Amino acid sequence: MSTAIAARLGGFRADMLRFAVLQLRDQAAAEDAVQETFAAALEGAQGFASRAQLKTWLFAILKNKIIDIIRRRNREQSLGKDIEEIADDTFDPLFDEHDHWQAVESPADWGDPAQSLENARFWEVFELCLHRLPENTARVFMMREFLGIETGEICKELAISTSNCWVVLHRARMSLRLCLQDKWFNTR
Amino acid sequence: MLSCKQTTELLSQGQDRMLNLREKIALRLHLAVCEGCRNFRRQIDFLRHACRHFTAGNRHEDSND
Repeated sequence: MSTAIAARLGGFRADMLRFAVLQLRDQAAAEDAVQETFAAALEGAQGFASRAQLKTWLFAILKNKIIDIIRRRNREQSLGKDIEEIADDTFDPLFDEHDHWQAVESPADWGDPAQSLENARFWEVFELCLHRLPENTARVFMMREFLGIETGEICKELAISTSNCWVVLHRARMSLRLCLQDKWFNTR
Repeated sequence: MLSCKQTTELLSQGQDRMLNLREKIALRLHLAVCEGCRNFRRQIDFLRHACRHFTAGNRHEDSND
């Protein structure tokens, strides 16, 4: 490995590792994924003039490595029973007796949330909120939203029912939006 | 008429499967009169957008580039 390229790739290491840990929730597996990404990227890395393009490309490779690891894991230990980590009645307090929003719980207008995406502090909060999701809920959510796997395939791989898959994703979104409201938008 | 709770469930499922015509019409009727659910829809759209942004490695684009 030429030292120039190694140094260039190394600059992304911390971000990549954090991304992998978040999804795999396993430090050793995350290290492996990043290492394999670097090994696969060495050849092509010289072709990128801009740092941003190189980073996007590296993350695309890393994403595929993570998908491979998750698939392998799913084969070895599929759940085989429905996920009930976030209880059915968790969000009941948000609604009144007719299942309409309680006045104070009605979702707020987040303004132009695109501005948040430019703020490094926002991403710390975002990661914190993701970490708070229970393990299998996070697994399903990230397969869907980070890795872009279709719901049908997720249920099949984890051996859970389709309706459970939808419920888990919905509860994950409810938790995340409440967490972001509380930790980010309320503090703005 | 859908309740807000049903509406949030359906909006969420709309990100994971094709809704049928009946569901789409029911949603449209509810959203026309419910600001909270309209905000909910924008919030989950934002969540998806943020996840895409995150996975493209753009987490710190402001500080790095």
